[in-house]
Amino acid sequence: MRRDKGNLTAGIVLAGFGLYVISVAVRLPYVSDVGPGPGFFPLWLGIGLVLFASTLIFKSITSLRQNPTKETEAWHLMARSLSGWLALMIAIALLGSIGFVASFIILTIFLTVALERRPALLALGVGVGLAVAFHLIFVVALDVSLPKAVWGF
Amino acid sequence: MDALSNLLLGFSVALTPINLFWCLVGVVLGTTVGVLPGLGPAATIAMLLPLTLKMDHTTAIIALAGIFYGARYGGSTTSILLNIPGESSSVVTCLDGYQLARKGRAGAALGISAVASFIAGTIGVLGLMLIAPPLARFALRFAPPEYFALMVLGLAMVVFLAGESMIKALLAMLVGLWLATIGTDLFTGESRFTFGQAKLLGGVDFIAATVGIFAIGEVLVNLQSRGGAEIFKISKGLRNLLPTLRDLKDCRFAFLNGSLIGFFIGALPGAGATVASFLSYGLEKAVSQHPEKFGTGVIEGVAAPEGANNADASGALVPLLTLGIPGGNTTAILLGGLILWGYKPGPLLIQEHPELFWGLVASMYVGNVLLLILNIPMVPLFAQILRLPYYVLYPLILGISIVGVYSVNNSLFDVWVMGLFGLLGYLMRKLDFPAAALILGMVLGDALERALRQSLMMSQGDLSILIIRPISGTLLFIAAAILCLPTLRKVRSWRIEAIEREA
Repeated sequence: MRRDKGNLTAGIVLAGFGLYVISVAVRLPYVSDVGPGPGFFPLWLGIGLVLFASTLIFKSITSLRQNPTKETEAWHLMARSLSGWLALMIAIALLGSIGFVASFIILTIFLTVALERRPALLALGVGVGLAVAFHLIFVVALDVSLPKAVWGF
Repeated sequence: MDALSNLLLGFSVALTPINLFWCLVGVVLGTTVGVLPGLGPAATIAMLLPLTLKMDHTTAIIALAGIFYGARYGGSTTSILLNIPGESSSVVTCLDGYQLARKGRAGAALGISAVASFIAGTIGVLGLMLIAPPLARFALRFAPPEYFALMVLGLAMVVFLAGESMIKALLAMLVGLWLATIGTDLFTGESRFTFGQAKLLGGVDFIAATVGIFAIGEVLVNLQSRGGAEIFKISKGLRNLLPTLRDLKDCRFAFLNGSLIGFFIGALPGAGATVASFLSYGLEKAVSQHPEKFGTGVIEGVAAPEGANNADASGALVPLLTLGIPGGNTTAILLGGLILWGYKPGPLLIQEHPELFWGLVASMYVGNVLLLILNIPMVPLFAQILRLPYYVLYPLILGISIVGVYSVNNSLFDVWVMGLFGLLGYLMRKLDFPAAALILGMVLGDALERALRQSLMMSQGDLSILIIRPISGTLLFIAAAILCLPTLRKVRSWRIEAIEREA
């Protein structure tokens, strides 16, 4: 992704977000019995967001017109990071049903095999080893409770 | 005499076996994360903050501060051995440190780095001890308008120095301030921006947000690159790691230069260790009798920046502990920790909790001695940490993050929040939005809004109260000047040059 295109997208998203903040803030009282109300501060934050995001959009468009051949970001590199993040979110979603130990092992196997291109057996070893270490340190030694599955860990 | 008796109180706290143990754990952990490129003290402190909730608070701050200044010692190892800075503040150490390693003097470079760090760290703690109490007494005169102005100044400094684009820094800060408004309104009890989630009535969990942005964000950024680098071998034996008398003599000005620049730059919000290390390197080169040799492997080129980035850690604690204003990522997280433990960081902290402040100061003296003792003989061992494969490191960081965030409230919701902030942290890095500005906005947001609304209550809605009072007026004028400075072309080009060097 080109940096200016990224900035343009960020600017549009932030401007939209600023409008959302304003829309919520105007529904809150601007002034209360004791002074400025709960809508006072967020309203000005929203206005600031829209103003600065508009500046970012303007600068990005100007820069895109002036420098049409800038370096591009390799999408496959971003895809590695984003697939790692997706794996983390899936592991978080599984925490409640299969517990910390199993979801952590699955996450480790994915990161090691799919992203680091290491053998599955090594990935399993790392996952199980770290999960056991976490269980012993946090659950057994420090009495920290972690999400459990029906099988107890 | 007061300072001396207070320091004695501090040593009585710091030298208890439990505090000594946690100080050691903190500095060793700090050195370790400093050695590891891609894992910084901010992420480590954020990850470990939940585990400190059950600890004695003085012990906890001693351990976390140990990570903060210990990381500065470790950062030089990768700069010298790999030409990869473990911390951004060690970037400049690469210039001469790596060249010294190529000449077979890696041991001497690592040794002088430890000595410079020790001297600067100790001078920095002395500065913290002498400057913080009078500054806190002065700040007792502050009312809400002065606090508001002071926080605006802190945010302006961070915005000024946080990234290539001030617009992006301002946007990040505004998003941080907005995040702080989520939950129940301080004055009226009305809920704001909770998206119908009862779990957001208390606001966004600070730990979940910081762990997400720093720890998860860093892992995601690092996932993009694969592969490693060759490490220079360090000659075995303590003798090879000790700098020679000639080295020490050559570095005598660099020690002082690094210590003073580091401390004073550290005390300024937003400036940080990277700026301090570049400035001290530049000064050292400017006054050197052989400036042309800088960059080819001169020992002063390692001593000055390494001293500066250590003294900076003590300097950064001055505004944090006296005014409740953090200057960067790590101190913002430490501030979050102090608030979570039930303290009100500000001018009364030293008076109301002398054991916490003086215990911390004394522990930093002890920690610097521990680091010197550890760093010289254990450098080869710390260098081995670099061989820890990423397929172990990343799951380790993710696992600690999940466990840490979940354990605070036993809440899966917080873990989801952490995941979402992880993506935000990653995207912010990719698009060069400074995370420091967002975190500072988030951590100061509540206090800033409270101070502004209280000021307006005092003046019955008249905004001029912020300008007509001498202290707040002056602080706001300085903040406005800082934000307008980049419009002057010369200053703007200097700022971008400094940030490019930092990047």
